[in-house]
Amino acid sequence: MRKRKFEELFFRMLMILATIIVTGSFFLIVGTIFYKGLPFMNLDMITKTPGGGFYIGKEGGVLNAIIGSFYVAGGATILGLLISTPVAIFINIYIDGKKFLSNTLRMVFDVLFGIPSIVYGAFGFLIMIYFGIRASLLGGVIAVTLLVIPILVRTLDEVIRTVPNELRDASLSLGATRWEMAKVVLRQIRPGIFTAVLLSFGRAIGDVASVLFTAGFSDNVPTSLHEPAATLPLAIFFQLGSPVEEVQGRGYASALILTIIVLVITVLSEILIKKFSKHKI
Amino acid sequence: MQLRLLKDKILAKLMLVLTLASVSVILVIGIGLYYKSVPILHRLSWGELITSSVWKPLKGLFGFYPFIMGTLWVTGIAIIIALPLSLLTALYITEYASVNIKRLLAPFVNLLSGIPPVIFGVWGVLFIIPLIQNHIAPHFVEFSTGYSVLAGGIVLAVMIFPLIVSIISEVLRTIPQELKDASLSLGATQWETIKKVVLRKALPGIVAATVLAVSRAFGETIAVLMVCGNNAAVPHSVFDPGYPLPALIANNYGEMLSIPLYDSALMFAALLLFIIILLFNIISRVILTRLERKLAS
Amino acid sequence: MTQTPHISVQHLNVHIGNQHILKDITINIPDKKVISIIGPSGCGKTTLLKSFNRLLDNTPEVKITGKVLVDNEDIYDANAEVTHIRKKMGLLSQRPFPLPMSIYDNVAYGPRIHGIRKKSELDQLVEEQLKATGLWNEVKDRLNASATRLSIGQQQRLCLARGLAVGPEIILGDESTSALDPVSTSIIEDLFISLKEKYTIVLVTHILRQARRVSDYIIFVYMGKIIEFGPTEELLLNPKEELTKEYVKGYIS
Repeated sequence: MRKRKFEELFFRMLMILATIIVTGSFFLIVGTIFYKGLPFMNLDMITKTPGGGFYIGKEGGVLNAIIGSFYVAGGATILGLLISTPVAIFINIYIDGKKFLSNTLRMVFDVLFGIPSIVYGAFGFLIMIYFGIRASLLGGVIAVTLLVIPILVRTLDEVIRTVPNELRDASLSLGATRWEMAKVVLRQIRPGIFTAVLLSFGRAIGDVASVLFTAGFSDNVPTSLHEPAATLPLAIFFQLGSPVEEVQGRGYASALILTIIVLVITVLSEILIKKFSKHKI
Repeated sequence: MQLRLLKDKILAKLMLVLTLASVSVILVIGIGLYYKSVPILHRLSWGELITSSVWKPLKGLFGFYPFIMGTLWVTGIAIIIALPLSLLTALYITEYASVNIKRLLAPFVNLLSGIPPVIFGVWGVLFIIPLIQNHIAPHFVEFSTGYSVLAGGIVLAVMIFPLIVSIISEVLRTIPQELKDASLSLGATQWETIKKVVLRKALPGIVAATVLAVSRAFGETIAVLMVCGNNAAVPHSVFDPGYPLPALIANNYGEMLSIPLYDSALMFAALLLFIIILLFNIISRVILTRLERKLAS
Repeated sequence: MTQTPHISVQHLNVHIGNQHILKDITINIPDKKVISIIGPSGCGKTTLLKSFNRLLDNTPEVKITGKVLVDNEDIYDANAEVTHIRKKMGLLSQRPFPLPMSIYDNVAYGPRIHGIRKKSELDQLVEEQLKATGLWNEVKDRLNASATRLSIGQQQRLCLARGLAVGPEIILGDESTSALDPVSTSIIEDLFISLKEKYTIVLVTHILRQARRVSDYIIFVYMGKIIEFGPTEELLLNPKEELTKEYVKGYIS
């Protein structure tokens, strides 16, 4: 009996320890980034572009990368949403009866979701070569769009599935076409669409491997789709590799900026999901 | 009336096209990467590419063995660290924690999964590398810069925590309370119930989560690149540097166009990654879908 | 009811979240009898049953006050050993839930946990309990087959055997026949009647006919309160309370 009690206690302790490590790692990471990044944080970081080149210049900030990142992530999310919403509706409303087909499609998107961003980056690069596009904002948006489509489809699909069947049946029995029903469903899931957008944007703004080959890098804020664009994660990566201390510091501060942006997005989507699921019940 | 139906039909066709297009991305990626790998596959066979250790692009020698081993080391270490910790965490959250603790903990797992890879890389450089260099490695080896497969493994492990925890938690939640009650009412302790009933029942789900985590770790690029040391040699200990496949692709994109066959070799690396990850993903998804269906029936 | 009660519930209150599920329950359950708890669904009968072996402990946001004495031991006492309490009671749930292992291992699961390791001892126990539940002849050639291969009725008897193998004093049944076909149901009912020689049996059921067939006493629960408790025939045919009358009316007419 004592041995059994001891075993119970031992494993309970082990579980608590593991939970502390897993959740604590979040604080450790964010703490490290704040600790190292804060001393280098200043207004210039977010209001100026780098002076004297991003790799060696000691002056300025990363405004170019911040704006570039928002362009790339925003563009990809909008483009992705335009493609993913019809796809999610198609899977849920148009082929609703054919379970095998819709489940297979869902699985394909799950698998697409699992494909690493470096592969999307390499593939985006191939597309660009094929069409003769240089590394540019456009190239970055194309590659990142490929990356976020599976996220958007999966999230939207899940949200649409929370719409009660009765609602769908009700509008169908009123003689609505499937498209008219889809519009009803879309109105119903508006907060869910916003969640999907946030998730997609959060993933897009943090990804490096997909923009590495495709978006290029520039010290200036891009003014057209065909200009190369800097992105925050890449700026962090490059600046960290610089031998100049000030530039490294700017890398830490950039990491802090990206962390804050992503945390805000995650918390926002978390709140939305909570609200949405409450609304549902 | 006719117009409405026509609109519905046209939109249906449009959606079908969009769906087929996005689904076929998977095929197009495979074909595109394969097409680009053809030049190198003409020169060398799959077997040669995978088993040779000589990597001298300037001499036209492309042996991927060190990179494959680098990937395996890093992934292996990551799984060894992450699986037990994540499993125990998932068990604690689903089986032991009170509602309040659950509410408190759940967001952190999500927040962790939201952190971008490059931040994990920065953290690795700032925290894990010095830790290994100054505190861990000295106990085992004479000298280590800290940039090693161990560092890559640790950083990756933290990155895949949320993935494993959330999948296993989901699987655990599907195990009926009555089954646990059955074991408990025989006088088993909670841990005995977990060990003998819950884990057994959840095994396919745990396997699926692991396979998915492995494929995620395989493809992770930037964080690993930043801490692994990127030395094209087969690692022999956890303190040796390694050079995983994704890092190889990412690191050489600039110069690859100037050396003959180099771009083809890198696309081959991407193809290799793509195939392995595709297989792993399909396997784990099939397991998970089956599990879901079995529980639904 | 002059004999000492086997289970004695005193002022038991159960809250889950802000719902008051059981309200001031006080009752004495006699030894070696079959007692049925009846009542409309959602009235708290299953909660009452689960409070007897502390299976409510893991329910989120549960609050339990009052006493449940089993053999004069308060099972909600801070020093009470929960595994010891649960060992005293076998639970048979609504649907059979065989453990994910072989037929043999299902029955041997409990004894093994409580420290029986010897193969011969386990073999004997398994055979004994499978015989007690009339399953032995049906499964003796495939003891190592997975328990999920059995029919639902067989699975439920296996679950009963599994519960009996740890040597309980009390059997708790939570609508244990509701998922079974009529033949299996009557086998289980007969088992209950024959088992009361050795065990105290408490059943939750919503089938009055079944309560009448198997039980010696009936407890009628309504909205979390015990309305009436008495010998089966008396309660069903001549209820004292208005509410009980209303409820059993459907049965009588």
